[in-house]
Amino acid sequence: MIRFSKAMKFACLSAVLVLAAGCTHKQEAVNTAPPPAAPEAPPPPAPVTSSILPGSAEDFRTNVGDTVHFALDQYNIEAADQALLTRQAQWLNKYPSVRVTIEGNCDERGTREYNLALGARRANAVKEYLVSQGVSAGRVDTISYGKERPICTESNEDCWAQNRRGVTTITAGANT
Amino acid sequence: MKKFLVLCAALFLGLPLLGILAAGPARAALSVDVTQGNPQPLPIAIPDFLPGTPGDAQAGANIAGVVRADLERSGLFKPLDPNGFIEHITSINTVPNFQSWRTITAQGLVTGQVTLQPDGRLRVDFRLWDVYGASQMLGLQYFTQGENWRRVAHMVSDAIYERITGEKGYFDTRIVFIAESGPATKRVKRLAIMDEDGANPIFLTNGSYMVLTPRFNPSAQMIAYMSYIGSKPRVYLFDIETGRQERLGDFPNMTFSPRFSPDGNRVALSLETNGNSDIYIMDLRNRAIQRLTTDPGIDTAPSFSPDGRQIAFESDRGGSQQVYVMGVDGSNQHRISFGAGNNGTPVWSPRGDLLAFTKQQGSRFNVGVMRPDGGGERIITSGPHDEGPTWAPNGRVLMFTRVLSNSRGSQIWSVDVTGRNERRVLTPGSASDPAWSPLIQ
Repeated sequence: MIRFSKAMKFACLSAVLVLAAGCTHKQEAVNTAPPPAAPEAPPPPAPVTSSILPGSAEDFRTNVGDTVHFALDQYNIEAADQALLTRQAQWLNKYPSVRVTIEGNCDERGTREYNLALGARRANAVKEYLVSQGVSAGRVDTISYGKERPICTESNEDCWAQNRRGVTTITAGANT
Repeated sequence: MKKFLVLCAALFLGLPLLGILAAGPARAALSVDVTQGNPQPLPIAIPDFLPGTPGDAQAGANIAGVVRADLERSGLFKPLDPNGFIEHITSINTVPNFQSWRTITAQGLVTGQVTLQPDGRLRVDFRLWDVYGASQMLGLQYFTQGENWRRVAHMVSDAIYERITGEKGYFDTRIVFIAESGPATKRVKRLAIMDEDGANPIFLTNGSYMVLTPRFNPSAQMIAYMSYIGSKPRVYLFDIETGRQERLGDFPNMTFSPRFSPDGNRVALSLETNGNSDIYIMDLRNRAIQRLTTDPGIDTAPSFSPDGRQIAFESDRGGSQQVYVMGVDGSNQHRISFGAGNNGTPVWSPRGDLLAFTKQQGSRFNVGVMRPDGGGERIITSGPHDEGPTWAPNGRVLMFTRVLSNSRGSQIWSVDVTGRNERRVLTPGSASDPAWSPLIQ
């Protein structure tokens, strides 16, 4: 005979652990801006304003950009994002004590489990690109949030495109 | 803590009933054909159960109310309004005036009595009557601790459902699910459990970390689920009796989409390595791990056949997400879904006759069923985004996650396997990822 009443007794006591991953999410909106007009010139280094500390997480987010986007059900790095990831790698190579986690995310048009797997593919694609640019693999972790962490919640293509993203998040070693 | 005790189902035939019982087993005139989803529910009268002593009236009303709600929710029965009853039942030991019940169109009649015992237990007696056959179909007696009166009511419902439909009931079961709160961009997700009718919801985790895709083991005492605790998404086990959580195995990367084997000794899950997800099985007795898939596609959502010999899963190895079946050792991996769109999250019916799955066409998601050979595909839900089916233990009813819009959050719905009787399941707030327990034993 089953003893469910015990479950009630213990129901509320589990789980006292730590804060969760979501806390590190950044508001991020600007790095989807179109590339500079001159197609051949590498993007000029963004101006560093005096209020942003070089080597800080804010420096990375603002002056490098932390987010790349993916086509529907795809995980290849698009040409438009390769320059951004190259800049990420250059910045990471300049600040070798920094560690990052790549967060892979999907839009809502997939089942929960499939999107967990797809988000892992995307995060891994970003990691592999950074590693190909000289960043040590040991500095780069990945995590998939599947479709569980949308930044835009309308059910339309514009939102879905924003949600299909890989976000490079600094977890340690940045200047503060 | 007192053990839960339902000393069930002593056959309740000992009292003389004017020769009716002497006439032999009741003929099964009163029946419901569940295979049609019963577009015309069977009218049944369920008066409040009689108080065995004057203080038991509320318990009798409560139990009859739960039985009425259970049977109504199934879509197979239409409990009649007690205000219309002509005969006032005063004893469960006398034969009802069947003509008065025929007058109000009742085809079935349930009479019952609740008596608080000197030792504090409740004694519940009931009889099921075939009104047109003028015979008793069932008579049972239960004892339980008073706080478990809802479970006794569900057991009464199960007994009535089984006697009339010929199928096992599913009311004395529980649902483990994800309780959701907060905005879509910062959704809080907690592991939760409740009775099949939504009563007695209990939160098992506190929401400080995300949890997904819980599944019961066959004894309904253990839950396998995915947790983001410590920002390390892994499969965990939760022991309901002790409240203990345990990470399953020591995998270097994300593990997800767990499912117990029918004997409860193994868990199939997906492990992600360098972006690629494959299906593995862990034996819980010795923690041995066996890899079942090796292709570069996404392989996930494993579900065992009831005999434990096969595993259905989803894979995009062929270019799109589709349902596959393989031997439990990974042999003979073959695609079975060839219908339109993407097809995933296969879940084997406890009867073995069907797989429920999620079909995606564009941005539309619906739950369907197909035979294990891929034939006979039918879509059985109507929402804009329905996914993640789970079977009632009798294989006649499913629950699933329905998302009407991101701002409205997720809901749990149920549907008959025929596609009839779609209903929202009562949950505390938004909810998703339901998993149905086996019948509680």
